[in-house]
Amino acid sequence: MSPTLAIALTAIFTAISCAVLGAFLVLRKMTMVGDAISHAVLPGIAIAYLLSQSRASLPMFVGAALVGVFATVVIEILSKKWKVQSDASIGMTFTTLFALGVVLITYWSDKVDLDQECVLYGEIAFVPFNTWTLGGKSMGPIALWSSGILLLMVLVYTLVGFKGLLMSSFNEDYAAVLGIGIGAWNLSLMSMVSLATVVSFESVGAILVVALLVAPAATAYLVSSQLKRMIALSALFGLSGSLGGYLLSAALDTSIAGGIATTLGIQFAVALTLVQLRKK
Amino acid sequence: MEKSIEVHNLTVSYHSKPVLWDVDFELPKGKIIGIVGPNGSGKTTMLKTVMGLMKPDSGYTEIFGQPLDKVRERVSYVPQRESVDWDFPADVMDVVLMGRYRKNNLFKRITKEDRRIATEALEKVNLLEFADRQISQLSGGQQQRVFIARSLAQQADIYLMDEPFVGVDAATEDAILKLLRDMKNEGKTVVIVHHDLQTANEYFDWIVLLNTRLVAAGPKEQVFTKELLQEAYGGRLTVLSKLGDLISDTEFPLREPDFKEDQPQG
Repeated sequence: MSPTLAIALTAIFTAISCAVLGAFLVLRKMTMVGDAISHAVLPGIAIAYLLSQSRASLPMFVGAALVGVFATVVIEILSKKWKVQSDASIGMTFTTLFALGVVLITYWSDKVDLDQECVLYGEIAFVPFNTWTLGGKSMGPIALWSSGILLLMVLVYTLVGFKGLLMSSFNEDYAAVLGIGIGAWNLSLMSMVSLATVVSFESVGAILVVALLVAPAATAYLVSSQLKRMIALSALFGLSGSLGGYLLSAALDTSIAGGIATTLGIQFAVALTLVQLRKK
Repeated sequence: MEKSIEVHNLTVSYHSKPVLWDVDFELPKGKIIGIVGPNGSGKTTMLKTVMGLMKPDSGYTEIFGQPLDKVRERVSYVPQRESVDWDFPADVMDVVLMGRYRKNNLFKRITKEDRRIATEALEKVNLLEFADRQISQLSGGQQQRVFIARSLAQQADIYLMDEPFVGVDAATEDAILKLLRDMKNEGKTVVIVHHDLQTANEYFDWIVLLNTRLVAAGPKEQVFTKELLQEAYGGRLTVLSKLGDLISDTEFPLREPDFKEDQPQG
């Protein structure tokens, strides 16, 4: 497989995964929780990296996803139980966890080969060089596999859980009265977001993964009248944004992650303008 | 009397301030029942506690003689219209179909039977022609009727509605009232949180009068008396002035409780 194709496919797989999950974050007005999770997983990544000495390993995904869920639970407890304002709960939790991650990475700087640059901005250009082997046979880039598996998991989760996600996103109280456990839906969604964040983190870094979660979904929200259509459009915008961004950065020889996030932003601006013009 | 809802020694607080205090009553089956009281008297809290959405500090509630968990599917809830985001990407049918969702069919596809029942419910609220309309394009009254259709699609035995008459047009009000009578004739019980004293007497068979404590609960003839209303509403002139013939102006102090004369300036 050519390196270019590996990079482009990895970008597309992660973008679609994040875009689909992001649709539910936008509808639940929880995009900032997605932001929080994407930062909060850093200590999990650092610890898992120290233990396994490799990037994109199973322990790393599990460890980081657990920290992501932990962050969600802390935010929930702070705001619901101890009545800390909900945005303050989010702000407190993720900055503290992210800072802890930064401390760990710099403290173990001789043992953990994760520099802060790559944590913040990702290193999707290096995807083709980080390969794995099975029985002596090269299986291609790890990130391509992990993002492909992530996409599969997200699609299965969304298809199987569609009714539960729809109901708990639209009207939590009504779902609760019918005995449909809203806590479980919330937690499962946040687990998926954590997982998606960790996998995407490899490619686009902690800051820009938020763009993948929010931008395609927010764009789709502007032009959708039904949830299914919104999810499909969100995936489509994720695809076009990541592909367009990749081409943009190739043409200008700039950061791929930056190119993707910029393209996603432009897509949103265009959609917003068109919608506003049509209203007049 | 066959009982629908029982509330026993219920105390519920919010931010450690009691909203309901030692409330105790029993409601009959097959009636249209109003929970009435001034703002902040705990009406919505009462409904939410019965529906298991708020935890009581003490006391308990039962529906049809059983805890809520045993009878969930026989109970339908119509939340306040403002409690959801009407810009949500869904059409009318999507929302009404939610009334068919159950714990045990959540992972299954929607059946033809579900669609038939949802269509029937839409017909009952006169919104069938709006089935494909996006919910953000509905008027307030139509949104309220969508919520009621969703609740009808659940085919429950008892319906708990939170302020269904707020902000609706006359056509919706008539449609809801007619529906309530039909439901009653089918032996269903309807419990409605309602803040408007003027219409309460006309809408309901049975009234629970609340003001953090229970003031009275019973057939409306017994509850809608001058003494009891006075007890529930105290000196709230704005509400009382609407009562017209029930209470004459002269018997009330012409001053709001929090109004002070000679406020120092600056």
